Amino acid sequence: MRHNQMNKTTGKSREFHPLAVGYACLIYLFLFLPIFVVILFSFNSSARNIMFEHFTLEWYGRMFQNRQLMEAFWNTILVAFASTLIAVVIGTLCAVGLHKFEFKLKQTINQALYIPIVIPELVFAIAMLVFFTSLNVEMSLFTLIVSHVTFSMPFVVITVRARIAGFDQSIEEAARDLGANEWHTFYRVTLPMILPGVISGGMLALTISLDDVVVSYFTAGLDSTTLPLKILGMVKKGISPDVNALSTLMIIGTVGILFLSTAIQNHLERKQDSRTSSTGMSTPVQSRKASAP
Amino acid sequence: MGHLFKEKKKRSGGSRLSCIAMIGPVVVWMLLFLLVPLLYVICISFLSKNSYGGAGLPVTLQGYLGMLQSEYGRIFLQSLWLSGKTTLICLLFGYPFAWIIAHAPKKWKPFLLLLLMLPFWINSMIRIYGWITLLRSQGVVNQMLMAAGLIQKPLDILYTDGAVLFGMVYDLLPFTVLPIYTSIEKLDHSLVEAAQDLGAGKWHVFTRVILPQTMPGIFAGSIQTFIPSLGLFYISDMMGGAKTMYIGNLIKNQFLSARNWPLGAALSIVLILITLMLMRLYTKVGSLDDMV
Repeated sequence: MRHNQMNKTTGKSREFHPLAVGYACLIYLFLFLPIFVVILFSFNSSARNIMFEHFTLEWYGRMFQNRQLMEAFWNTILVAFASTLIAVVIGTLCAVGLHKFEFKLKQTINQALYIPIVIPELVFAIAMLVFFTSLNVEMSLFTLIVSHVTFSMPFVVITVRARIAGFDQSIEEAARDLGANEWHTFYRVTLPMILPGVISGGMLALTISLDDVVVSYFTAGLDSTTLPLKILGMVKKGISPDVNALSTLMIIGTVGILFLSTAIQNHLERKQDSRTSSTGMSTPVQSRKASAP
Repeated sequence: MGHLFKEKKKRSGGSRLSCIAMIGPVVVWMLLFLLVPLLYVICISFLSKNSYGGAGLPVTLQGYLGMLQSEYGRIFLQSLWLSGKTTLICLLFGYPFAWIIAHAPKKWKPFLLLLLMLPFWINSMIRIYGWITLLRSQGVVNQMLMAAGLIQKPLDILYTDGAVLFGMVYDLLPFTVLPIYTSIEKLDHSLVEAAQDLGAGKWHVFTRVILPQTMPGIFAGSIQTFIPSLGLFYISDMMGGAKTMYIGNLIKNQFLSARNWPLGAALSIVLILITLMLMRLYTKVGSLDDMV
């Protein structure tokens, strides 16, 4: 039964050693343990987060009264969605442009996109700090969003570019030959094909923004703290369980978005796969394999 | 043939404007918000500290000379040592883990990968906070150990250098595992089989066939662990109780509390140089695209 599921091409037996299973479980436990703890203690009646006493939903009501906490939460959400939106729109345009056009600086742009990815986040953060300070721009939601777009956009461009590289340009040409104009071709042909890439690029941008501590630490103003910064500030003085409650809601929210986007992506890819296979076109991976000696 | 040629020409002629319209926004954005700020940091590293806490003329090497203080040298070495240890531990634990995921039944793989990515999705601050709840002197772990009668008084787990290392490994392990996983997926199993057929032992197959083939992944994973670990000042703030100084904290302080911009900028330049060196090394074995 298990052998049936094996990938035939590798041919190697995949009987799983119990030790390997145990090891993987331990690593997963290591990764998830603190998350479980945060969730568990959000239902704890004791305010001191030491031992679990009784089950309560009190903190879920209390967190709404904690104005600073709520403000930090909404800032986080606003910055994440605004920066993702900007990054996705101009990043996708750029990826399509890089694919479509040939020009002198193309290689330079392609490589420069890796700069924000490879330089240490801290260096980028202080660069933003000195830049804004020197221009006398006060730190606010605006500076936060600008910095978040800068470090998340390259991920969008690279993800979308990888997706475009894999598709058949002749479809676009066919659309144009059949009389579709540039905009129509983009909207009806190019965009649906790259949509899975756009979604995963967008999800990547959203994640990085939600998770960011270092850059936000330097570019947030006094009235624009985000939730991670709030937690960092509170940790020394002790955190009340309403932070656990809010964190739990954020965990549920992000996991929900993740599953939704994966479902949409799978749906889109399946739809496209069925379309391409019915027209007898091969994916680049298949064709590469076929041409290999 | 002639028709095709004309077609192409026509398109490229009318496309200049749309080319600019499509690529322009990203280019302008990156120039303004990435290149200019970074160049500015380079400039600051050569300026001198002024009385307002910023940087100004004259041009000096103050920032770089300031780094030569023995104290800073120690901090630098300490940080490199911590990052090195973090990377090594992540590799040691991450490689077998990546191997197991890559060889799991096909049906399970997406799920296992999703589980690996899931913590990414939850803010690292929330997760570190979870560890603090567990590890602090009155935390869950100590309470349990005391209740079990194994220890008399709480152990000092948190606010030690070990705790910082632990937090780093925790935060960065998925970054090590993913590139390694990708390279194991690409592994050409026919070579492994060939080696086995030729009588190579398990250890030999691993060191001579598997390890060289997965080297790009190991490199990418190491870089993705090592570089971020140099800047994660908040982990040492939260889990180390900010007792031991690391380069991340040092740079942060130069800009926020000590207000010595030239020194902070010079330290950042060194950080960038280390990064560039590692990237150069990396591009000899793998492609940049595998890093994303």
